[in-house]
Amino acid sequence: MNWITNYVRPRINSIFSRREVPENLWKKCDECGTMLFHRELSDNQNVCTNCGHHMHITPRDRFEALFDAGVFAEVKVPEPVVDPLKFRDQKRYPDRMRAAQKKTGEKEAMLVATGEIGRTPIVACAQDFSFMGGSMGMYVGNAIIAAAQEAVKLHRPLVLFSAAGGARMQEGILSLMQMPRTTVAVQMLKEAGLPYIVVLTHPTTGGVTASYAMLGDVHISEPNALICFAGPRVIEQTIREKLPDGFQRAEYLLDHGMLDRVVARTEMRAELITIIRMLLNLPPQVHGDLPAPEPVAAIENVETPSEPVATAETKPE
Amino acid sequence: MTQYLEFEKPLAEIEGKAEELRAMARSNEEMDVDDEAAALDKKAAQLLQDLYKDLTPWRKCQVARHPERPHCRDYINELFTEYTPLAGDRNFADDLAVMGGLARFNDQPVMVIGHEKGSDTKSRITHNFGMARPEGYRKAVRLMEMAGRFGLPVITLVDTTGAYPGKGAEERGQSEAIARSTEMCLKIGVPLISVIIGEGGSGGAVAFATANRVAMLEHAVYSVISPEGCASILWKDAEKMREAAEALRLTAQDLKALDVADRIIPEPLGGAHRHPDASFRAVEAALREMLAELGDMKPAELIADRRKKFLDIGSKGLAA
Repeated sequence: MNWITNYVRPRINSIFSRREVPENLWKKCDECGTMLFHRELSDNQNVCTNCGHHMHITPRDRFEALFDAGVFAEVKVPEPVVDPLKFRDQKRYPDRMRAAQKKTGEKEAMLVATGEIGRTPIVACAQDFSFMGGSMGMYVGNAIIAAAQEAVKLHRPLVLFSAAGGARMQEGILSLMQMPRTTVAVQMLKEAGLPYIVVLTHPTTGGVTASYAMLGDVHISEPNALICFAGPRVIEQTIREKLPDGFQRAEYLLDHGMLDRVVARTEMRAELITIIRMLLNLPPQVHGDLPAPEPVAAIENVETPSEPVATAETKPE
Repeated sequence: MTQYLEFEKPLAEIEGKAEELRAMARSNEEMDVDDEAAALDKKAAQLLQDLYKDLTPWRKCQVARHPERPHCRDYINELFTEYTPLAGDRNFADDLAVMGGLARFNDQPVMVIGHEKGSDTKSRITHNFGMARPEGYRKAVRLMEMAGRFGLPVITLVDTTGAYPGKGAEERGQSEAIARSTEMCLKIGVPLISVIIGEGGSGGAVAFATANRVAMLEHAVYSVISPEGCASILWKDAEKMREAAEALRLTAQDLKALDVADRIIPEPLGGAHRHPDASFRAVEAALREMLAELGDMKPAELIADRRKKFLDIGSKGLAA
């Protein structure tokens, strides 16, 4: 690494990224209550240094920790129709959207990027739980399709970090239709022979779990993440009994055969590099001082997901 | 005797009166009530027409959930011959909320799969009110895969409140089972046609309805969440289900406008349960047409058609 990647680039990034100055220099761990210095906490990817509790992390921060030297290029996601149903509950949907955009500084609930991890080129996408509960609407669907197309185009594996309360109700049936749409995206990867790794983070529920999050080649989860179809409250109301501790948590799903591994966030990068390099038949990662990655030009997404993707080569099972 | 829905109460009164008059006339031969009863009948018919002319989304939900509405089993009995149920997911159990098997439609062998809600207390419990567990979806995956290999068109009849939110269902991978079922729908190289005959409840419905053609009965509904569930989350009040039903755009007519449903199958006046036979014939005709539309397509074309259909969904909104 040289001083440009170590010093100049993070500086530039920090000028342009919209991360706000923390109002409070100390953050209390949600789990053990320890007061944590914000710098120490963010260096540890929002994992409590005392009890190991995994707190929320934004896709941007996650990518900075994930990609080599924190360098990644965003992939453009085709914009869907805004507020297709003219949905209004107690608030108008566009108002809720604006509030979420203001709160997070992001456009929508998913970020797609390309870059390298351990000098292994990948495409990654991460869902943002702080943006309307990470809910899956048309944008998230488009993002996953764009990520899959990008992966196929560049012949790279796709790593997806899921986090969502489920489908976005404000888009009604169109949010539900993201279940088949994202499943098509997963099929494109599988047909192209590319690894698709899902990292399930807290929480991953509802239609998200019941589509792209459960169709990975490898399922990894962060410790204690809630992963389910129906939430614990709904189940308790249905069966009228208290659910056991740890029900629907990552370790529970591991026990029940739904996950391959439960891995701490701080170990995730190394874990992903190891798995992906083996799946791609690449030699083990070389540790040590490597030249910095080539600067990545912003990649324009050429295809829109509305174009037919299947071709005559598709064979029935 | 028909069970009346809440909004049909005025109708129940008039029809009840006519019935009463006729009963009185039967026990007393001198009474002549024909004219009066006929007038009441006419009034009832008019009222029925008025009530159903412009059903609100919430009323449609009620009609779609009507306990006497024809269910999957009724359609299979009426529309298919040689129905041979196939059971089990080969892993854990047979889920009776999902029925399916080989059958002939117009002599053509097909695979038919659907949610069955049951029609009385006992059968409702047997069928778990049409709420499938993972085994139900895994059975469907097995049947669809088999149909794909033997070149049999698949017809799915969707009628579910949603997948069962239970402890065991979660333990055994409800999400994974639904995801795999949707995936299989997209994979098979045979025509896949889905008819939403009552309720299309969220992921539990998508798992069967990721089809080349999706038809909805006139008063069927299809939604990401039940109006009650949506109301309790967004309005923090489950009693706001009327508003939620309105906002969610879950009617067949809205879904047709959004290109989620390809066609609407007309129901007899007063809903499918008032004249089941007319509903059976309408569904039969629609199935016949949809099968014919897909008849000449090759396996790869069918798969490509299905993918394109779903990738294209959402490219236009509802102009409100």
